[in-house]
Amino acid sequence: MSRVEFMQGNAACAEGALAAGCRFFGGYPITPSTEIAEAMARRLPKAGGVFISMEDELASIAAVIGAAWTGVRAMTATSGPGFSLMMENIGYAAMTETPCVIVNVQRGGPSTGQPTRAAQGDMLQCRFGSHGDYSIIALTPNSVQETFDLTAKAFDLADRFRVPTFLMTDEIVGHMRERVTIPDAVDITRSSPLAEGSLPFEAGDDGIPGFAPFGSGRAVHVTGLTHDERGYPDTTDPAAHDRLVRRLVAKVESARRAIADYEVTNPDAGTVFVTYGPPSRTVEQVMRDYPDDAVGHLRLRVVWPFPEFALHEFPNAETYIVPELNMGQVVREVERHVDQPVVPLGKIGGELHTPAELVRALEAHR
Amino acid sequence: MRHEVRFSGYGGQGIILSAVILGRAAALYDGKHAVQTQVYGPEARGGASMGQVVIDDRPILYPEVADPDIYAIMSQQGFEKYGVRARPDAVMLLDTDLVRSRPGCRYYEIPATAEAKTVLGREIVANIVMIGALVTSTGIVSREAIERAVLDSVPKGTENLNMKALKRGFELGERVCNL
Amino acid sequence: MIAPDWLREDRLPHIYCTGCGNGTVINCTLAAVEEMGWKRDETVFVSGIGCSSRAPGYILTDSLHTTHGRALAFATGVKMARPEFNVVVFTGDGDLAAIGGNHFIHACRRNVDMTVVCMNNHIYGMTGGQGSPTTPPGAISTTTPYGMSEPAFDLAELAVAAGANYVARWTSYHVKELTKAITAGMRTPGFAFIEARTQCPTNYGRHNKLRTVPAMIEHIRSHAMLIEKRDRLVREGRPVPEDIFTIGELVRRNRPAMGVRR
Repeated sequence: MSRVEFMQGNAACAEGALAAGCRFFGGYPITPSTEIAEAMARRLPKAGGVFISMEDELASIAAVIGAAWTGVRAMTATSGPGFSLMMENIGYAAMTETPCVIVNVQRGGPSTGQPTRAAQGDMLQCRFGSHGDYSIIALTPNSVQETFDLTAKAFDLADRFRVPTFLMTDEIVGHMRERVTIPDAVDITRSSPLAEGSLPFEAGDDGIPGFAPFGSGRAVHVTGLTHDERGYPDTTDPAAHDRLVRRLVAKVESARRAIADYEVTNPDAGTVFVTYGPPSRTVEQVMRDYPDDAVGHLRLRVVWPFPEFALHEFPNAETYIVPELNMGQVVREVERHVDQPVVPLGKIGGELHTPAELVRALEAHR
Repeated sequence: MRHEVRFSGYGGQGIILSAVILGRAAALYDGKHAVQTQVYGPEARGGASMGQVVIDDRPILYPEVADPDIYAIMSQQGFEKYGVRARPDAVMLLDTDLVRSRPGCRYYEIPATAEAKTVLGREIVANIVMIGALVTSTGIVSREAIERAVLDSVPKGTENLNMKALKRGFELGERVCNL
Repeated sequence: MIAPDWLREDRLPHIYCTGCGNGTVINCTLAAVEEMGWKRDETVFVSGIGCSSRAPGYILTDSLHTTHGRALAFATGVKMARPEFNVVVFTGDGDLAAIGGNHFIHACRRNVDMTVVCMNNHIYGMTGGQGSPTTPPGAISTTTPYGMSEPAFDLAELAVAAGANYVARWTSYHVKELTKAITAGMRTPGFAFIEARTQCPTNYGRHNKLRTVPAMIEHIRSHAMLIEKRDRLVREGRPVPEDIFTIGELVRRNRPAMGVRR
């Protein structure tokens, strides 16, 4: 028996995490993500889990990584300024292949910016914000239901690929209330265990090592230093670094078809909107109000790793239009992968693109 | 048919809760679709508070309220900030004693706060009186749906008071419609 | 004095300089672990960045060598998620008191059940000898070439003020006392903080007229004063030399603690 609720995106995020078996939350209050921490504070102790309010966001993500290494599903949630503080330890999570989920309810930046207004301005920071080369997975819901679904899914992806996985939502979806169906249980896929005789950071063809959480009796040494398959620091050998970092990137990037999650509407269209998160809803509104086979829509639920092959599902595409709530971030990926003209349609200030704005853009660029 | 409903007043009146209750009634108990949003600043009390709901028979795509056709305004500042530009064919419910201005569109004066204070003895239920009046004057959701949504949303032990407030609102709403 | 089965022999030799005090402190800590009878599979060592923080890499248990200053936050996650684990943190004065200062006071306040051993060598050793928050006034380092002009932190007193259930300070000279103190800290539910003043001959002694290891150790020993003696001097109205630091057990108490094994 599933239940139907009318709830906020942030509340649905907490529900999705709980349904996925998340039993550790470390966080710090920050608008507009705080409702996630509040919901976890209410719910986790009753579910046999741990909620802890840390002293800052550096500590929040650190505690989450520590908890994740004990084998528990762990999450934190924040917004722009806190996300910036987390960056060093996000790199640590990538380097140590720690499965964990980081929610960013995006608000207007830079700096303190607009705490109560929506943005998608952290999409490149999410992908590239920590130093060095690495890859991550980022999901982008556009509704309350999808916030529930994708939060739960984020835990599976984090476990399967042993990579920090991001739910890149925003103030609009985080704070809006909609009907949501919460199933009694969701399917859960955990990490493959570390095989007997395998080294803790030794991977097979998929580039993903088996996971031996603390207490498994494998005496795993986890370090953010460049390390060999044993997990031992090896910081001066160029080949060791090359082998490790290329694997960290490849295990995600080479699986982008498996990770990809997107919707294609009107594949024969000449003008194609590419969206993620709430701007997709304005595009859908325009397509409903002005039905036109010449207008297509690619909506991404996974932005990172970027599924460039999805752009080519529109063989007749002449123009791509990319509305996002920033000054043009994911549009750079689109530009990189197609030969046709690409129109960035960045909007900042906190309000969603209106249908009229998209209609005007269509008229100007088709 | 898409309706956009906007509530405004000052922080502490339960403005956003009103929008949540209306959205809940539509989405959970009237078989419709609803999206509730709000705009808020740093003030927890005072200031101008605003909550809004889109209600539609079809799934709601664009989630924002652009140009409401229904308003419930419970403070002068709320009117000035969020009600003054109401379109001519909109309907606006005003708290008679808390809003001095009158809009260019059709409007109903609802003495929600006065009724809550004098008749019900608790000013805190003024927003529920307003919701009741909104439902009977506009028919935006059914009475049954709003009753269930109110009961879902109010603290235990206050159900009777809130039901009384809602019913009083129903009466006030019916009365202004029949004038 | 320690059982070799706690060491990763395949990681030796270690990176520490000849005469470094860190090995002594690691030995004392492992002796305390042995004394406690902890099982390897239930014991997790956590550290940040710096010479001290390399220690977990030489110990044959699950271990988390984390980012600079954040070890206590990582350890809080480990211990809160799995209270049945014994959690030991190795840290240094730069890692703990500078970049990690906020985590330090909050970990003490929360009183999470873990044992924190701080190798305080008064210097950023791994980066080549820069002044830290515990570099004594006047001391020469590569970033205090005219002598340290800032006052130093008293880490143990800080831990007491912030709420740790067990706080002690010894030195790499006081091997038996240090081992006993770490054991007492491990026995005390809640946050146990043991500061070990230790020598860095390479990056501290060399610049401060303490050119030999014995000279450094003697310097530390001769400036350490038992808390009881300091208190007696104060009671008797006699002067307490300004350049001493106290050693001994500063506090052992029973404030409410978090993450205690159920």
